[in-house]
Amino acid sequence: MSELIQRVDLIFGEYSDQKYKVLEEALKRPNDDIIKDLLDSGLKGRGGAGFPTALKWKFTAEVPSDEKYVVCNADEGEPGTFKDREILSRVPRKVFSGMAICGKVIGSNKGLIYLRGEYKFMLPELLKELDTYHEHAKKLNHNFTIEIRLGSGAYICGEESALFESMEGKRGEPRNKPPYPTTSGFMGKPTVINNVETFVNVLMICRIGPVQFRKLGTTDSRGSKVFSVSGDTPKPGIYELELGMPLFQFVDEFGDGDTKAVQVGGASGFCVPRKKFKDTIIGFEGVPTGGSMMIFNSSRSMYNVLHNYLDFFEEESCGQCTPCRVGCQQLRKGIEAVKRGEKPVLYLEQLMKLAETMKITAKCGLGQSVANSFSSIVSNFKEEMIY
Amino acid sequence: MPNNQDNLIKELVGTYGRERTSLLPILQGVISQKNFISDFDMTEIAKELDISAAQVYGTATFYSFLDTAARGKYVIRICKTITCDMHGRKEIIQTIENMLKIKVGETTQNKIFTLLETNCLGWCHKGPAMLINDQPYSELTPEKVHEIIAEYMNNNRR
Repeated sequence: MSELIQRVDLIFGEYSDQKYKVLEEALKRPNDDIIKDLLDSGLKGRGGAGFPTALKWKFTAEVPSDEKYVVCNADEGEPGTFKDREILSRVPRKVFSGMAICGKVIGSNKGLIYLRGEYKFMLPELLKELDTYHEHAKKLNHNFTIEIRLGSGAYICGEESALFESMEGKRGEPRNKPPYPTTSGFMGKPTVINNVETFVNVLMICRIGPVQFRKLGTTDSRGSKVFSVSGDTPKPGIYELELGMPLFQFVDEFGDGDTKAVQVGGASGFCVPRKKFKDTIIGFEGVPTGGSMMIFNSSRSMYNVLHNYLDFFEEESCGQCTPCRVGCQQLRKGIEAVKRGEKPVLYLEQLMKLAETMKITAKCGLGQSVANSFSSIVSNFKEEMIY
Repeated sequence: MPNNQDNLIKELVGTYGRERTSLLPILQGVISQKNFISDFDMTEIAKELDISAAQVYGTATFYSFLDTAARGKYVIRICKTITCDMHGRKEIIQTIENMLKIKVGETTQNKIFTLLETNCLGWCHKGPAMLINDQPYSELTPEKVHEIIAEYMNNNRR
């Protein structure tokens, strides 16, 4: 690692010396204290959208209900992301503890982990670890159980309301919002749903305190982040780094010397071309990411990259709303037509308008975010779209 | 034959219950036993859960891993998303197609293998990757995939 890039060892760092010790201590603290710590830490959700975790928990805690749920979103389907699997296989205890703390704070005794079907092979290990958790929870007198539910190969189920639908035994079609999960989530009950990494962050904030956590990252992006690095890089893999680093530093470290573009945030994220590496910050003030960093060198055709993404969206669109169902198809057909010379170059402008329309009219994040990669690739690599 | 099937559905309903929330685990249970969900199974599940068969069908067909068409004993799913594609997905597919004498989307005549493509499996740093039923394989090369498939073929002969 170069001097510029700081490796962090928060998420994957060693467990506390005694099993479930941080949880035990957290259970003795008043709920408001924990929420205040989370607020002070500046923690934002690690799934990609970046909603402040403290507020999510606070809103859910405030809703009176006889039943509430804590849901851990482990449906990581975003192309280029594989960090949640790594977290769940290396430090599952931290995830369970984070969920258990959430249960205490919001007043829930039921936790659910929605694990993508592609990761079913992890189930035996996870269930073994869960047994240990339940033993400890019992000892600590903490009435909070955790259950694992499996997905079955639908990207859209990573969208929180689609995930609830799926756990309820239905098609994974996103719901209208509001109401938000904080008031009406799984089974219509108040629900906190967080990414795997967020729960670990919560636990680490309880362990090291918000002051220490805030020292990492920048004003808008506190803490560290687990990055999934893939593509044209000599060292693909999982890296925990501080948030708020400029992209050129990242490319210096991970690129192969010939990096043309980096896709930050997966297929639904943004493509940053070489000329913008210098001015781009990785974090909520620049390009946000759920962790996916795909590096492309100059041998790659950005047309093929975009086409691959559009194929992906076309297949994974749930088909519920027209802008997304038809839009994804038309964007794909559109770039094919321009490439074949059947449509004029100007048609690309029209396609970008269509993508922008999808951004404001699609029902959920899937359709809304197609424009991110579409517009950033088309506008930065126009020649490659045409010739 | 239907007797056997009846038992599986009844067993699954016994384990997961008759609520709507039980539907996905039941469908997933059928898949792990039989690799696909037949029309007969769907109507049986509908009866047990007291919902319409259309609802079972609608749910099952939404999920790409809940196959409703007949599949082989081993379902091979090759990741086709960008990084696996960049690192040689096509050669992997070609190798398997040549070995099994089938194309993507087809099942071998002896009903042992089905070859499919799928979206991102989450092994982008170790692509190309594939799943055989639930088991992931990554950092594939034509040689490596040849070995893996050959082993499945041998195991099946035994």
